[in-house]
Amino acid sequence: MLYYTLKRLGLAGLVALTVSFISFGLLYISSDPAIAMAGETASDADIEAIRQLYGFDRPILVQYFDWLQRAMSGDLGKSYYFRTDVSALIAERLSTTMTLGVSAITFAIVLSVPLGVAAAIRPNSLIDRIALFLSVMGQALPSFWFALMLIVFLSVSLRLLPTSGSDTWQHFIMPTIVLGYYAAPAIMRLTRTGMLEVLSADYIRTARAKGLRPRVVLFKHALRNAVIPVVSLTAVQFGFMLGGSIVVETIFALHGAGFLAWESITRNDLPTVQGLILVFSLFYIVLTFFADLLNAWLDPRIRIN
Amino acid sequence: MIVKKYFSTFLAGTLLATGFVSVAQAGKSDDTLNVAIDRELESIDNYYNTAREGIVISRMVWDGLLYRDPKTNEYLPNLATSFKWVDSKTIEFDLRKGVKFHNGEKFDADDVVFTLNYLADPANGAKPARNVNWWKNAEKLGEYKVQLNLKKEFPAALEFLSGPIVMYPNDYYSKAGPEGMALKPVGTGPYQVTSVEPGKRYKFKKYDGYHAGSPKGSASIGNIVFRTIAESNTQLAELFSGGIDWIWKVKPDQAKRIAAQGAFTTKNSSTMRIGYLNFDAMGRHSKNPMNDVRVRRAIAHAIDREGIVKALVQGESMVVNSLCFPSQFGCAQDIKSYDYNPEKAKKLLAEAGYPNGFETPFLAYRNRDFAEAMINNLNAVGITTKFEYLKYAAFRDKVQDGGAPFNFGTWGSYSINDVSAITSHFQSGGKDDYSKDPEVIKQLGIGDTSVDPAVRKAAYKAALSRISEEVFMFPLWSYNTWYAFSKDVDFNPTPDEIPRFFTAKWL
Repeated sequence: MLYYTLKRLGLAGLVALTVSFISFGLLYISSDPAIAMAGETASDADIEAIRQLYGFDRPILVQYFDWLQRAMSGDLGKSYYFRTDVSALIAERLSTTMTLGVSAITFAIVLSVPLGVAAAIRPNSLIDRIALFLSVMGQALPSFWFALMLIVFLSVSLRLLPTSGSDTWQHFIMPTIVLGYYAAPAIMRLTRTGMLEVLSADYIRTARAKGLRPRVVLFKHALRNAVIPVVSLTAVQFGFMLGGSIVVETIFALHGAGFLAWESITRNDLPTVQGLILVFSLFYIVLTFFADLLNAWLDPRIRIN
Repeated sequence: MIVKKYFSTFLAGTLLATGFVSVAQAGKSDDTLNVAIDRELESIDNYYNTAREGIVISRMVWDGLLYRDPKTNEYLPNLATSFKWVDSKTIEFDLRKGVKFHNGEKFDADDVVFTLNYLADPANGAKPARNVNWWKNAEKLGEYKVQLNLKKEFPAALEFLSGPIVMYPNDYYSKAGPEGMALKPVGTGPYQVTSVEPGKRYKFKKYDGYHAGSPKGSASIGNIVFRTIAESNTQLAELFSGGIDWIWKVKPDQAKRIAAQGAFTTKNSSTMRIGYLNFDAMGRHSKNPMNDVRVRRAIAHAIDREGIVKALVQGESMVVNSLCFPSQFGCAQDIKSYDYNPEKAKKLLAEAGYPNGFETPFLAYRNRDFAEAMINNLNAVGITTKFEYLKYAAFRDKVQDGGAPFNFGTWGSYSINDVSAITSHFQSGGKDDYSKDPEVIKQLGIGDTSVDPAVRKAAYKAALSRISEEVFMFPLWSYNTWYAFSKDVDFNPTPDEIPRFFTAKWL
């Protein structure tokens, strides 16, 4: 298990380094950061001053290693746009994103796992059809459309919930539903498929033949095995929610890390973009790492292989 | 933005058609005007912010020595009670007594000298540089008297001193610096800042101690809150649900629907921003058809500006024939114009050796629909385009590197009501000058440095006439902004696109 853990950690570090280097290069290739920072009304003198002030006139590799050296010591630099520490900025925005991500993934799991299990127990029944319907809807509905429809009905029409912002827990209800519902179908279908496969396995038939209670067969023997791919998928979905909730954060004016990433890309705020990419990739890596460990714990065959 | 443009129409239509709109009166009842802005501001320190919303806040929180009346364009005394040109490079100001900053600090000559000398030092990096790079220093002549020494003749000085150049408290700013000012701004303006959540929300309260002699007048509305809501559909939903009282930059189709519904006030105002085509007349890109004035004239005749304004730009926008906004000082109107005449365009192309037209690269960075309408016009006379729609930074890079024979751009003149803020920027031989015509450069030089208004006007007219005659650049139309707000609010937009909330009232 120790060898397995160290190997995964080493791979995770290499992935983080590669992602940071590629993103750094792509940002520089896309356009001149000095022009983007100076804004539309800036004169040539403004742009040149910015170029020299921030060292954009140095070779790209020098700039990258300079950034990497500081990042390794925990200094992500200062935002070109806000003129504040990137780490403090990201930490502040991450609290909103984490709140949204955790509530959305919880919503997705609570909705999809029981439905997936119920659909697998009674395939082609009404509950299976309802699960299928919800699943297809979740996949087909563009999240911006779903978000705006919720706003129209729950906020503008019924006045039940605030439209946008992040001041109270009520502000997170609609974003949680939108983001969670988008992730739910994949978890639901995978749970259903996994359960169907496991329920027809020999050892389940044996367990039933031994006279074990259906609840024990279902939750102790079947679900534990069926849930292994679901754990990996949920980790990926959670990572997506932390980094990819740009649309939801924009529509609900949540000012989270996803929205910050989008805005920082459009204004070429390189230290912030780099910092966010590093944080997001670390999230993915950590989540995948823990999902791998969890799977190895659930299924000893994985760590032996 | 992220959400497709057409969806805005759908949402507005859904909200209005289903009768979901019921106007909340929250703003008036708690004397708070809730305003939505669509971008995160980098800082609200006036000198480290180039966003238009930052300019709006600047007018609320700070004052300049002078103030330009947006209706008459007259320069009125504000923190200065009077001024005089000592010579063409020196201005003397008598300052207003009894003015106090929001933190209680007394306003006097020390504040003016500190502010102007701080800004004049390039090491401090105040931006945009063109706002602050035209004077040498300021000197204190008395407790309420200062002298501003210019680097060279700069006739637009009064325009800058009545707008972007505002006065800071020397004691506070020397300790707090730009970062402190961004989080806890202190000015003399009609509103004081009570709370800053960077990028998210800014709260303002009417300044009860505002000086009585200000041409801005005292504010009427007690509190104002600016909230950043990037998505226009969410802004609309907030307006309909009563969370927001005032929005701007509303899309024309949405504005029409909101107006037709009758629950809100909508207003439109032309802005100083104009659209233009910039031609590579001197062949910077390579030898290309735009080097020939007949081709440039043909394109001018091929573009149906009236039709595009009517169908797409809409509002109070208008076709402009001079390379400037009509209200700007020196923006001569009696110069050659080009009517929409495709036949004449074809004839000119044939004379230039292109009877069957030609293919050319064409760049733009905003208003894709306007650009595509122009492409259709050009196709009709035989000119086909290889169209590239780029982000602004990439667009500017490519334009300045001579990356295309012509491009479609826009310019807002920083809301400076003077021709030097646009024509001189593009045609004085800099990187954006694609013609580098010696006569135009000479005339603009005269206009930019003379302090005699008559001499300036004559020089600018000569330059604008030659630009038009040779079609070095082809001005298209002015832009406009739609505003939508609660029927409880009395608000009047101005052509400089700087909403003055200190003049707004509850009805």
